[in-house]
Amino acid sequence: MHEKPDSLSSWAHDKLFLGMTFQEYMKSNLTLSNGIAALILIVAIPVMVYRFVYGLGPSTNLSDTNPWGIWIGVDVLCGITLAAGGLVISTAYYLFGMKEYHHFVRPAILTSLLGYLFAVFALLFDLGRYYRLPYPMVVSFGLSSIMFLIAWHFALYILALFIEWSPALFEWLNMGKLREWFKKLAIWATVFGVIIAGGHQSALGALFVIVPGKLHPLWYSELLPVFFLISAIIAGLSMVIVESTLTHKIFKRQVENFEHAEFNRHTISLGKAASSALFTYFFLKLFGLAHSNNWGLLNTPYGYWFLLEVLGFVFLPAFLFAYGVRYKNVKVTRWTALLTVVGVVLNRVNTSIVAFNWNAAERYYPKWTELVITIGVITMGVLAFRWIVNRMAILYDHPDYESLH
Amino acid sequence: MGISRREFLKRVAAIAGTAIIGSSTKVLAREDPSGYQDRYGVLVDTTFCNGCRRCEWACNEWNKNPNQPIKMFDDKSVFKKNRRTHAGTFTVVNRFINSKDSKPIYVKKQCMHCEDPACLSACFVDAFKKTRKGAVIYNPGLCVGCRYCMVACPFDIPAYEYYKPLNPRVTKCTFCFDRISKEGRVPACVEICPTETLRFGKRSDLINLAHDRIRNNPRKYVDHIYGEHEVGGTSWLYLSAVPFEEIGFRTDLGKTAIRNLSKGFLFMTKMFEVLAAWPLVFAAFHAISKIRDKHVKGKTVSAGEKGSEDARKT
Repeated sequence: MHEKPDSLSSWAHDKLFLGMTFQEYMKSNLTLSNGIAALILIVAIPVMVYRFVYGLGPSTNLSDTNPWGIWIGVDVLCGITLAAGGLVISTAYYLFGMKEYHHFVRPAILTSLLGYLFAVFALLFDLGRYYRLPYPMVVSFGLSSIMFLIAWHFALYILALFIEWSPALFEWLNMGKLREWFKKLAIWATVFGVIIAGGHQSALGALFVIVPGKLHPLWYSELLPVFFLISAIIAGLSMVIVESTLTHKIFKRQVENFEHAEFNRHTISLGKAASSALFTYFFLKLFGLAHSNNWGLLNTPYGYWFLLEVLGFVFLPAFLFAYGVRYKNVKVTRWTALLTVVGVVLNRVNTSIVAFNWNAAERYYPKWTELVITIGVITMGVLAFRWIVNRMAILYDHPDYESLH
Repeated sequence: MGISRREFLKRVAAIAGTAIIGSSTKVLAREDPSGYQDRYGVLVDTTFCNGCRRCEWACNEWNKNPNQPIKMFDDKSVFKKNRRTHAGTFTVVNRFINSKDSKPIYVKKQCMHCEDPACLSACFVDAFKKTRKGAVIYNPGLCVGCRYCMVACPFDIPAYEYYKPLNPRVTKCTFCFDRISKEGRVPACVEICPTETLRFGKRSDLINLAHDRIRNNPRKYVDHIYGEHEVGGTSWLYLSAVPFEEIGFRTDLGKTAIRNLSKGFLFMTKMFEVLAAWPLVFAAFHAISKIRDKHVKGKTVSAGEKGSEDARKT
């Protein structure tokens, strides 16, 4: 594989510095977006260190009454939900045989893999004894805990996503044999992933099924696992639209010989699926409301907030997606996808923070250090995504390898 | 190639087996704490408590929590605020005002030591244990610090050592498990109580005693023993002269143990995952055979191209 004796420097030249010399590469990195990212990390990394040195008390607003904050509500709950794109696309592509989504598969899988990895990374800040992260896997099993199911599912799903993504890695490393081997494993990883991804997406909702006394009745429901699963599928579909739109703008160079009409058509098809999922979700929410007979609560401040979430970020995008499909309007579809993503984030934040402990005297709001770490983790995730997309065949088929599709 | 795939499947099956089937059987075969005949409880008769807070002092003393001289506990100004348990404070006494006669009612708060504890069922490393004596105890040696037990507890009891950066623990009342395990000893708070507020004994006896008190003094007590049935029952039981919601208790918790709220989900998920596995595996075989067909076809058509690719790989 490495033909030349001075392979290390030429390898670095080819693989790490995108074919430039070190100086050229460093110079090419002096961009505005990198400047912003650097600024964020200059603040965030010392705060991360501060958290580990001084503990949760000084670095968060968490308390005995509000033990969970935005690191759980945003980093983990939203991170995992928005990473459902891999599940949605790989199911459609591998299992339903929708080969036309070929170009969406690798970016979606990579987004999911990084979403999960960085959610777990963020979790390390939240865990009091982060160094015991593998305990539920190897030391002690809390079999009646929903968290136990989630821990195992996360670990296994990250493994499955890594296998699904690994052919791109081995193409980059010129390891043809390993690529072949993992490519064959990938379909099994997908099957396994589909089985367990649905399980833990719904389990994240089930986390709150055991707190009927603490979660506002408008958000509490025995159907929470179903709500979380369906909204994860919605988030997955919308994220694929948002992410592919952005990557096609940002990495324009990589997708030069690309059929735009075809891309737009598929975007609208994804919108169609999202629309039906959103309508399903909307009516389930309605039935949930009727089931618990909470109509009276709608005319309260929490009720208005709930109506905003359900009408503004579920019903409206469901309708807008349908409009985009009917009039083949790809622009509307794209903006609606963004609206939907915001809506799912709002739902997770509402469930875990706003409506949680609604009746407690002491309410939680994040400390600036919590926000900084959250923003830092997201920035790191975006940088990792860009680093990989710039080097590996994520947005295009690697010219050296025939596509097996 | 075939061997490695088979090997892989075996491994997947083994992992899935432990994660999916193994756990559900264990959940179904869970030990039922109601079978522990000699488990203890404490009956708290709030009509007797004078708010001296000696129990707080004794608790701190026995559990080596930060403490103050016992005289300091006469200070009534702490009652201005409704307090809860914190790290280093396993029990607190709060004051409420009786709406009928405007007299103060003092209510001791600590872990209720549930019959079927929410913290225990929420913990993903099984760090809590319901002992045969009735105490719910916590093992810091297993705790990862996710704090789901604190989220789960319907009484908001477990607290966290947020200011320890390296080895924080969840803290809560232990029912003085080290004391009550020995014959004839009672929890520190019960021992020091100068009134008849706290009574330690077998839970079943205490329930009978409480019912007797209500029956004999129907005008003094409300007809409810808090903890007899709440969230599946608790070891600590309360009697009150006023409705319990007036003295800081949640009366909307229901009789269902918290564990039962998640049991159905866990069971359904595992069943679904096992059942869904089969059509998906079938679909995968189908997809693979399609890829293979295409592959074979490709080989015969472009044998030359294929040869050059093989050469490149070696």
